[in-house]
Amino acid sequence: MRITTTVNSEPRDVDDVWEGESLLYMLRERMGLPGSKNACEQGECGSCTVYLDGVAVCACLVAAGQADGRDIVTVEGLTEGNDLHPVQQAFLDAGAVQCGFCTPGLVVATHDLLARTPQPGDSEIREYLAGNLCRCTGYEKILDAVKLAASRMASSPTKVAK
Amino acid sequence: MTTTPQTRPDKAAVKGADRTDVTPGGVGDSPSRPDGILKVTGEFSYSSDMWLDDMLWGYTLRSPHPFALIKSIDISEALATAGVFAVLTSEDVPGENFYGLEHADQPVLAKDIVRYQGEPIALVAADHPEIARRAAEKITVEFVVLAPVVDAEVAIGHKPWNPPAESVDAGVDGQVPHLHPNGNLVRHLKLRRGEQDATADVVITGEYEVGMQDQAFLGPESGLAVPDEEGGVDLYVATQWLHVDQRQVCAALGLPPEQVRLTLAGVGGAFGGREDLSMHVHGCMLALRTGKPIKMVYNRLESFFGHVHRHPAKLYYEYGAERSGKLVYARVRMYLDGGAYASSTPAVVGNAGTMGLGPYVIPHVTVDAYGTYSNNPPCGAMRGFGSVQTAFAYEAQMDKLAAELGLDPVAIRQMNALEEGAQVPTGQVIDSAAPVVELLERLKAMPLPSTESDQLDLRRMPGGVSNTTHGEGVKRGVGYAVAYKNVAFSEGFDDYSTARVRLEVSGGDPIVTVHTAAAEVGQGLVTIEQQICRTELGVDSVVVHPKDTSVGSGGSTSASRQTYMTGGAVRHVCGKVRDRVLVLAEASLGRTVSDLRLENGSVVSRSEGVLASIEQVLGDEVVEETDEWRHRPTHGLDPETGQGFAHVQFAFAAHRAVVDVDVELGLVKVVELACAQDVGKAMNPQAVVGQIQGGSAQGMGLALMEEIVIRDGKILNPSFTDYLIPTILDTPPMPIEVLEYADPNAPYGLRGVGEAPTISSGPAIMSAIRAATGLDLTRAPVRPEHITRT
Ligand code: FES
Ligand code: FES
Repeated sequence: MRITTTVNSEPRDVDDVWEGESLLYMLRERMGLPGSKNACEQGECGSCTVYLDGVAVCACLVAAGQADGRDIVTVEGLTEGNDLHPVQQAFLDAGAVQCGFCTPGLVVATHDLLARTPQPGDSEIREYLAGNLCRCTGYEKILDAVKLAASRMASSPTKVAK
Repeated sequence: MTTTPQTRPDKAAVKGADRTDVTPGGVGDSPSRPDGILKVTGEFSYSSDMWLDDMLWGYTLRSPHPFALIKSIDISEALATAGVFAVLTSEDVPGENFYGLEHADQPVLAKDIVRYQGEPIALVAADHPEIARRAAEKITVEFVVLAPVVDAEVAIGHKPWNPPAESVDAGVDGQVPHLHPNGNLVRHLKLRRGEQDATADVVITGEYEVGMQDQAFLGPESGLAVPDEEGGVDLYVATQWLHVDQRQVCAALGLPPEQVRLTLAGVGGAFGGREDLSMHVHGCMLALRTGKPIKMVYNRLESFFGHVHRHPAKLYYEYGAERSGKLVYARVRMYLDGGAYASSTPAVVGNAGTMGLGPYVIPHVTVDAYGTYSNNPPCGAMRGFGSVQTAFAYEAQMDKLAAELGLDPVAIRQMNALEEGAQVPTGQVIDSAAPVVELLERLKAMPLPSTESDQLDLRRMPGGVSNTTHGEGVKRGVGYAVAYKNVAFSEGFDDYSTARVRLEVSGGDPIVTVHTAAAEVGQGLVTIEQQICRTELGVDSVVVHPKDTSVGSGGSTSASRQTYMTGGAVRHVCGKVRDRVLVLAEASLGRTVSDLRLENGSVVSRSEGVLASIEQVLGDEVVEETDEWRHRPTHGLDPETGQGFAHVQFAFAAHRAVVDVDVELGLVKVVELACAQDVGKAMNPQAVVGQIQGGSAQGMGLALMEEIVIRDGKILNPSFTDYLIPTILDTPPMPIEVLEYADPNAPYGLRGVGEAPTISSGPAIMSAIRAATGLDLTRAPVRPEHITRT
């Protein structure tokens, strides 16, 4: 089947998509956007988190066909020109990236959290990010990164583009 | 103790602000990872992200049975499926059909017998992954199903203390089938020290069990195999040791190393689970057969069958002690179930047997450690490697002894603690810092989290937002545990790493290229390589060459060894490069200067200051050196007594856990998990803290939730729905204290960091639950029913 979407603000059409494919497979294998990760493909890890019409979803749980006619933003779409988004910069600066396989999903999820709750408390951060597994860091530096991003974004507000 | 320790809290460590003597971006600083920007933007290429225009997808058909004979395999229907390019079985393996890290006992593809559920039997290549998967379903395999051997003790004819409820009717007296030609015993390590019939006033016994843990790295097993025009292949794969893979792939393909070139693809975590081969040979076989690039990516379910796990263990401990609390003797038997194939079981048994009494002085020791074959999933390397399992037992023994004598659990550990100059049970003398007493002291001195539970925030309660308690029935406990771990490869292994370092001028500036084959798996070795080059050569711009087999072996990214070994190799080779540059400098100066060094892009003399820039000295000259570097030699253990200088270095860490336990429901919330660790030298303080916190969380997982549940040889929970790893909600704050007692034998004085924290965190949590409940707790992970005793 043919799927027509907007991905990271660009119109993207894909042909020959098999009905059983997930949005994650389509992004990774048919659109050349492997930034969204495939750690479990069963909705348990959050490594595939993307925005679908502005809502953060697990791309592995969305059928490719469901994305037809819709707007998708992936981790690749968060950079602002050549600049990292403050969330991305904060993950880097806080040492929240080791193997980095969880990072794209966490960056998108954090981006979403801060759009809703610009100054989250520790418990709010933990609750919101509980669907994103990280096996390397023990999460302490991820918590640091979220707080660092929140404080930097508060002091120099950037538009949170979706 | 001659060295003055420095401790730095996490925040200061991250800033590195107190270090004026540090080359910016050099050793002791915390520069950003060179792959960091790519990783936060989603552009870093992991092994599952690679893609070529005309590639095919490979898929593996695996055995549904843990133990069965294969009578026939019919691939005709699969091969006739539209979109399928090849279907291969054991008959198609071009070289040896057996591979393995220490013993080549594992078939590339099963021929006439399968020994574990998930064992690969056939391969399919097709133009879509789903077509490959469905074609594999059309392969007909005729099995004769056999009763599996599922218990380590039964496997080697020992009487289990607790006969497995549903075990095969195999008996315990030699009726057990031999799974391999030499029987079911992989290794028996004997340790005998002091009097074998020692007696003591107080005797403490315990029988402990540790479940099978999964590495659960997030990046699935995957890779891309690309055939060349001359019958060779390039393999891009996520792994921990390119050269040991290359050796095994070459043997299986019947090709020389020149025709099997490996490049490290982006690795999404490893933790030991990538030491053994996964898709390597399979992908190459399909690529060579079809003439097309082959991509293979396991999904999470397949990943549970696609790599080895941490050995489950049964541990029988008897300690004798004086009334004062001083330990007199230990008599220990341990069984580590290696599953269907040997993998690294011999080395795991070596660690468990030699390190399994913990960092305590015990004069009279009898240890028998057994590693066995069974029809359970193969087990091999996982972070902490034999020391993790035994730590649950030795720390439980220390708690039990303290309780028996009415002594403080910390005091009894300190009373028996190893220290520099002490002998470990193998007779080896500890010849650098062993600050066990101090680590515990520092943890005790750290402020405790408030006991006022916030009644309104369910997220901080045992049971969380399931709303199972508002504080009623909740008891707090505090527990301590200590880890020690051998760093790098032991028992006489020729352990080395190779580095190539090039210094040249490009675009008017000096630039260094560092090339090693040592795998970056997330730990940050690429950053460390850059830091060492900056410090040693005084050049800011350092490029890390892709990791591949065109340079000599870097050894394994395991055993906490890469910063020590490949870091040591890079420093050594930087020294050779520097020597050549200084010779050039003296030649251009036309005289000798006694105290030249490279700093800030210049050739500098202590007495005369800056003499020339590196650009001036080098001109068009390219200075490149390649060499191997080894740690000091170790020796094998005496086969009868287990005595010998077997280990290069010991790493020490300790944890204090604070838990809240809902004693009515058996639910546990870890409130805080503090760690103090001696790292010798914090090469990159931010990365050191990251390693400690990540390792601590993995140990916590094993204590509370992580277990591959096996019944009759079959995995019951091969998914992240049923195999739980800690989330950010499960994981508590983890304050860290880092000590730096230099090891005079190691580069920069450093100690391997990665494993020790995984060893003591779980036992500290068990200890804290004991303190809260008064229960013995002999099994990890602890389940609610162990606490409620229902
Ligand atoms: S890959 Fe989608 S949730 Fe894990
Ligand atoms: S950094 Fe490896 S999984 Fe999070």
